[in-house]
Amino acid sequence: MHNVLLPRRRFLALGAASLGGTLLAGCDRLSGAPDFQEFLASAEWLTYRIQRLLGGGHALAREFTASDVSPVFKVNGTGMPEGEEYAALRVGNFADWRLRVDGLVAKPLDLSLADLRNLPQRTQITRHDCVEGWSAIGKWQGVPLASVLARAALLPAARFAVFHCADVLEQTLDGTGQYYESIDLIDAFHPQTILAHSLDDAPLTIGHGAPLRLRVERQLGYKHAKYVMRIEITDRLDSFGRGKGGYWEDRGYEWYAGI
Amino acid sequence: MTEIPPDLRMPVHHRRRLIYRHALVTRVTHWINLLCLAVLLMSGLQIFMAHPALYWGQFGADADRPAFEIGADDSGDSPPAGFARIGSSKFETTGILGVSRNASGETVERAFPRWVTLPSWRNLALGRRWHFFFAWLFAANLLVYFAAGLVNGHFWRDLLPSKQQLRPRALFHDIADHLRLKFPRGEASRGYNPLQKLTYLCVIFVLLPLMILTGLAMSPGMDAILPWLVDLFGGRQSARTIHFIAASLILLFVFVHVAMVLLAGPLNELRAMITGRFAIFVEDDHA
Repeated sequence: MHNVLLPRRRFLALGAASLGGTLLAGCDRLSGAPDFQEFLASAEWLTYRIQRLLGGGHALAREFTASDVSPVFKVNGTGMPEGEEYAALRVGNFADWRLRVDGLVAKPLDLSLADLRNLPQRTQITRHDCVEGWSAIGKWQGVPLASVLARAALLPAARFAVFHCADVLEQTLDGTGQYYESIDLIDAFHPQTILAHSLDDAPLTIGHGAPLRLRVERQLGYKHAKYVMRIEITDRLDSFGRGKGGYWEDRGYEWYAGI
Repeated sequence: MTEIPPDLRMPVHHRRRLIYRHALVTRVTHWINLLCLAVLLMSGLQIFMAHPALYWGQFGADADRPAFEIGADDSGDSPPAGFARIGSSKFETTGILGVSRNASGETVERAFPRWVTLPSWRNLALGRRWHFFFAWLFAANLLVYFAAGLVNGHFWRDLLPSKQQLRPRALFHDIADHLRLKFPRGEASRGYNPLQKLTYLCVIFVLLPLMILTGLAMSPGMDAILPWLVDLFGGRQSARTIHFIAASLILLFVFVHVAMVLLAGPLNELRAMITGRFAIFVEDDHA
């Protein structure tokens, strides 16, 4: 009995090991195949649909109290945008900075920081969730995006808001290394979606996106574009960057980052 | 009447009888579940590599103290040393956690070795694509299993321990049998033993749903829709920590489960989970 069992055990162990190796290699091959990546990405559409169905446009992200705020709010992504244009704005304390709002709008806008501070403000203490896994709680102050878009008067064909940013994350020949982001109009008109100029009662630091960053509280951190220079209203996303609706989306991440 | 020593008894004839043990829906959902758990575990480790630290509470990032972390000490001169830290206890884990070899055999700093992550190279975006596709499949599969179990009586008939099985004496007896690796034979092997039932119930009704709930609690979109869910776990970072603990417990279950299958008769157990037919050995009345 003993001699029969040993080879069988060895056979099982060997079989399991080689099966495991083959499966791992197969998974890696699948991971590298664009068609299979598309297939896996179909789950994003389901998540988006279900979350929109359950929460609609109305569900609000949790707001915290001042005692919940993280002692240190981590700076991630760009810490200091390169380029002379941004450097000049920074030296002038962003007095010459203007937010351009254009695209599918009836009244294009050019707004200074003072203009934005004179609009109705909203303050919210919310949790920021990075795609990497960490979270930080901070107090944000800014202008609801809805009130800016209302002033610009969206045309009927409008479907998305695209945020053009000052920072370049990757040097590329075709300019697709420039940071940009986009959201649908449900998020754009959500009451907690604000153009923030302050964090924890102080003007945004360079690391946190001075002079203006987006807050989309029901999505992950990379959607919250920093160094916003221009908001373009559009009916399609495939004409920007590499066509997926954002810098990280162009590099494989979900456009709907509610998960 | 004196007891006859067992070896002097008349030989008892045992007949091999195939019984129908697992319903088709149990078998199909079992194997889909295995596929999902394997992909979810490995893509989950890929995702965890992006920030291999766990916190308790609402928030947690680099400046906050983690309850658990995996990292690498890089002193410059000597090769980097991998470590895992729980609370204030630090363990050197070079080769497995923190520091391991890449496909070219070079030593690299990464939380998990390449042979347990999906994909094997570092790619958070792809890890997330795998994870969220198979998370949907996993949840749908579990739902089918739950619905079938309620309809066909699988839960009450096969998984709920009987009153006798739950008596302390029966439980102690079963623990002793497990420790001696003594498995039920004959008619007794027809159903599950008490420890087996309690373990399955714990995995099916606690750990697997807990994975889904803590996973949902990490989604900022779901947190707006179900704020009570994230409160239930004491915050998003706590939910992330519980997600990791529950996954570890499921992995522990899989190791024990496979070991038990190997010890109890791998071919019989495997056939039962594929064809549904399980062989039991009963005393032959016609001998």
